[in-house]
Amino acid sequence: MEKFKNTKSIPAYLPIVNVDTDMIIPKQFLKTIKRTGLGVSLFFEMRYDKQTHEPIKDFVLNVDPYTSSKILIGENNFGCGSSREHAPWALLDFGIKVIIAPSFADIFYNNCFKNGILPIALPEKKIKELSKFSLEKKEIEVNLDEQKITKGDNEPIEFEVEPFRKECLINGYDDIALTLKKQNHIDNFIEKQKSKTPWHF
Amino acid sequence: MSETLYDKIFESHLIHRQEDGTCLIYIDRHLVHEVTSPQAFEGLRMSNRKVFSPESTLAVADHNVPTTDRSKPIENKDSKLQYETLEKNCKDFGINFFALNDIRQGIVHVIGPEQGFTQPGMTIVCGDSHTATHGAFGAIAAGIGTSEVEHVLATQTLLQSKLKNMKIEVNGKLSTGVTAKDIILTVIGILGTAGGGGYALEFCGEVIKSLTMEERMTVCNMAIEAGSRVGIIEPDEKTFKFLKGKPMAPKGEQWDKAMEHWVTLKSDPDAKYDKTIILKGEEIIPSVTWGTSPEDVLPITASIPSLDEIHDKDKKQSVIRSLEYMGLNPKDKLEDISIDKVFIGSCTNGRIEDLRAAASILKGNKVSKNVTGYVVPGSGLVKKQAEEEGLDKIFIDAGLEWREAGCSMCLGMNPDQLKPKERCASTSNRNFEGRQGMDGRTHLMSPAMAAAAAIEGKLTDVRKFL
Repeated sequence: MEKFKNTKSIPAYLPIVNVDTDMIIPKQFLKTIKRTGLGVSLFFEMRYDKQTHEPIKDFVLNVDPYTSSKILIGENNFGCGSSREHAPWALLDFGIKVIIAPSFADIFYNNCFKNGILPIALPEKKIKELSKFSLEKKEIEVNLDEQKITKGDNEPIEFEVEPFRKECLINGYDDIALTLKKQNHIDNFIEKQKSKTPWHF
Repeated sequence: MSETLYDKIFESHLIHRQEDGTCLIYIDRHLVHEVTSPQAFEGLRMSNRKVFSPESTLAVADHNVPTTDRSKPIENKDSKLQYETLEKNCKDFGINFFALNDIRQGIVHVIGPEQGFTQPGMTIVCGDSHTATHGAFGAIAAGIGTSEVEHVLATQTLLQSKLKNMKIEVNGKLSTGVTAKDIILTVIGILGTAGGGGYALEFCGEVIKSLTMEERMTVCNMAIEAGSRVGIIEPDEKTFKFLKGKPMAPKGEQWDKAMEHWVTLKSDPDAKYDKTIILKGEEIIPSVTWGTSPEDVLPITASIPSLDEIHDKDKKQSVIRSLEYMGLNPKDKLEDISIDKVFIGSCTNGRIEDLRAAASILKGNKVSKNVTGYVVPGSGLVKKQAEEEGLDKIFIDAGLEWREAGCSMCLGMNPDQLKPKERCASTSNRNFEGRQGMDGRTHLMSPAMAAAAAIEGKLTDVRKFL
């Protein structure tokens, strides 16, 4: 996984609650056997005209400067529904590195970290404050190391992230390699379980 | 001792707990399908890793397979490639794979229990959010992403934070015509689509006890629609009876040992829950969704809310958007809504009892002249059973299509899709925008309600047919 770096960008704001992963990347794009190439289809049904397939002019990710946003601001329960990791893959392929919303659905939240995307949950008041920077086309900067969002000369916004997830993002750790370092713990566990619940094996 | 069933299973699978609370837990069973696994196998190959425990893994293609004549090749080339990729990956990594022409093929959450692969006290994962279905057996079963699929394939473990516990107690009894689907839709209506986030939902109470295993699966299946990855029900005699003799269930002495363990799988009487919701079975009414989120649910006797009744700004905004998408208006009576399609199937309601329930309403009736639809059994074995009982004839005589097993129109990855603006009475689990086909309009309900809607050509209270 690529290491997470501080991210500076004019954020794109999508003021819709319960954005589900079907919206982020509809089913017809799940037939791929690759992780890449999904960015062009991100938010497909909202982003392209259904007849002509031309980009819809007023959809935020079709409008400059949001076409090159690295930060997406959303609303409550962002990423609900299907567990498809194609959703973070599509966001990442588009160029999104940070998603800020009042709340996230569990599976999506977890999938983001596995792909080097930082999801940040903030109170609605702060979301409102940050969305103004999107509307005014001003840059904000997300600093994971210091856990704060800076925005010009204004007071920075602090955010929470679990220490282990933060460490993995900053170092671009491979989860599997980390787990394999605990192989002796795993082997011991299996030995124990084989006598407790032999029918599991 | 004051642990919930979820706590007990979680702790008994704990390999290592980090200082920050992140836990490495052992995974007993892993179900794999064609859509969320190719990138995981690709990752294994790139890192030169093996599958740690192929015998704990079972694979099947369900999401993206045609439900038409199985003797013909898969027409769509991307779907075909995805199917063949799974087949090859299973061969290369030594995983048990149910091929498309195998009678055991079916929806991953139907075949796990059907084969006895799903068992009480286990941790079960799958790259699909409806994995909570298996929680009906008293297991921790959760949907995971593809990176985690790769992690489980490589290590048979998963990094997890422990969830909080929510008790959902349904007491009393259900009235005639009210089903497991109505219970879970009602719960989702109360909790909202995010209300279960961060919790394991334990369903209990007299009504849950009285449900069959298939009905319990319907309840746990939709935990994710209330935001929760895990739904769980204490195993009991019904659970053990269901599993006894299943091909992958323990046998002989192993069965006796398993039983000794399984009967202990209960939440302690003084277990602490972070949240409790209590419902009366008698108050649950056959329900349907009217919007584009499963939380947009009401009893069939109701009308769509008036915008004046909605005070929350977010909710009002989403209702306006939903109604525009659904082509409906505030205050429309639900029973006045006409439908074009009916879909009976899915991991929520594609089991034999679901088909029986739909058939009992459709028997001797024809679907309305404006309605077409599919009945899609959850597995090849469900299909066979239904045909032995003559249910296929009832569906065909009523004017519906009888299909091969798969996920089908629940997510419309294969050709089974709604056309733009078509309105569907569906026994599936999601009514999201575009879910069943671009611009398609989904109303979720029980199999009996879907059958009644098909006959009437509009959303209908099934109790009129009883």
